[in-house]
Amino acid sequence: MADRSGVAIAALIAAALLAAAAYLALDLKGNIAFALELRAKRLASLATVAVAVATSTVVFQTLTANRILTPQIMGLDALYGFGQTALVFSLGGLGYATLDPRLKFAGDATLMAALALALFLPMLRARLDMTLMLLAGVVMGFLFRSLSALLARLMNPNDFAIASAAGFANFSVVRGDLLLVGAVVTAVCAVIVWRSRHILDVLALGQDHATGLGLEWRPTVGALLALVSALVAVSTALVGPVVFLGLVVVALAERLVGTRRHAVLLPASALVAVTALVGGQAALQHGLGGAGELAMVVEFFGGLLFLVLLIASARR
Amino acid sequence: MIQIENVSLVRGGAKILSDVSLHIPEKGLVAMVGPNGAGKSSLLSLIGRLQPLQSGRISVAGLPVDATPSRELAKILAILRQDPAPASRLKVRELVGFGRFPHSRGRLTAEDRAVVDAALADFALTALADRFVETLSGGQRQRALVAMALAQDTPVLLLDEPLNNLDMPNARDLMRRLRRVVDERGRTVLAVLHDLNHAAAYADRIVAMKDGGVAADGSPRDLLTPDMLESVFGHRMRVAEIDGAPVVLHHL
Repeated sequence: MADRSGVAIAALIAAALLAAAAYLALDLKGNIAFALELRAKRLASLATVAVAVATSTVVFQTLTANRILTPQIMGLDALYGFGQTALVFSLGGLGYATLDPRLKFAGDATLMAALALALFLPMLRARLDMTLMLLAGVVMGFLFRSLSALLARLMNPNDFAIASAAGFANFSVVRGDLLLVGAVVTAVCAVIVWRSRHILDVLALGQDHATGLGLEWRPTVGALLALVSALVAVSTALVGPVVFLGLVVVALAERLVGTRRHAVLLPASALVAVTALVGGQAALQHGLGGAGELAMVVEFFGGLLFLVLLIASARR
Repeated sequence: MIQIENVSLVRGGAKILSDVSLHIPEKGLVAMVGPNGAGKSSLLSLIGRLQPLQSGRISVAGLPVDATPSRELAKILAILRQDPAPASRLKVRELVGFGRFPHSRGRLTAEDRAVVDAALADFALTALADRFVETLSGGQRQRALVAMALAQDTPVLLLDEPLNNLDMPNARDLMRRLRRVVDERGRTVLAVLHDLNHAAAYADRIVAMKDGGVAADGSPRDLLTPDMLESVFGHRMRVAEIDGAPVVLHHL
């Protein structure tokens, strides 16, 4: 088993490097230095999103003790969108546009972490089963999207245009203003999660076992939930909402390495995510001549996989 | 070793435990018996700090369970509940290895591995060590969970119905093993048992609970009498004596 996961990780590293090289080198012409710089920035942005989505999904699935939910399915990104819209609404389009984007990001991420804790900790403590969690997630997603829509209706058209621009997934545009912050936040969170990998293994046993083995359940889970919301905030801020990406990459990584141990699953998921996003973007941009939108492709296949997993778990 | 003072517990308006006080000294195998709903499991999970204490005090080895860091307690007491086995995809060896977490925080040392191997061998799990837990039978899984609790290597062991799902040879083996950890390593074991005869044969002391309180407390010989059993279980049982030990004919 150790051999299998080692081989899988090595192969994934090779695949991720290959995807990155292809993304940088394919179809390179014109002013090479300029093109490379632009592509390197996009590459960094995609890699950040990939790590953020993969890490947050693995941790979230461990905390909720299931393999089908992702933070996005539970409406966490809708929460972020609602925060943005609420900011535009309260500050006005001009005020929002002139505000430092990093400040906006920090404010929204903090708000989101607080709300996520307030909403999810009681649910986890009550040990809701998967069906109820899923239902609650759908309802929460609806709630926050509807609240955003309500606010949007009350705005003037100029503000609305600014608010809605933040609402769609787009992998081809780089948010240069947020890239550095996002990358730093993701790196810090990823390091903390990596250092907690054994704790995550124990948490996966369930609340009673984890307490019996010496974890303080509530503070530990609370801190990890806050990390998850920070990571979701990063990915949503950089490329917009991506609902099923995390589900796809974690399910794929788990099949590849054949274990749920975090020491293996965390890097494997991140590598699969980098390969899928960077490789997919390279293929779509250069191989297919920009014919498709990666967000759509990922969501389409992710949605299908979600249904398959849901049906498979219902059968069992 | 375990000091319980005036503990009460109310859940959903129902009184689960009322004013329980109990002292369990170091080294010994204490069996907790009683009808369903007597509060045995609740008391055990309060001692094991799996539930917050509402009123009263509980301390283990002098440490109050509600104010001591969980990490410190995990080196003093191990608790096995009647939970379904964890859902995550784990091999038996990995599951038992989690018992070492309080000591090594996940990085197993050579010593940890030796303890895990010994626990696996003790419970006849060596051949199953590389099987996934979800592919085991109920009894095998129960053995793996008990092995995990013993691998935690704590002075105090709290076991909630450890004989669940075990066949007769395995149940006897487990009771003998518990007897050995008490006699050879001076451990304190508090176990909820439903089989009075296992309690009679292996326990030093029996605590009988009823309606959220301690109804009787004493050695198996003093406690297992038809009158006492009728007052606790509400049904009269014959008690025979074989080789000087009481045998409860509860099934007749």
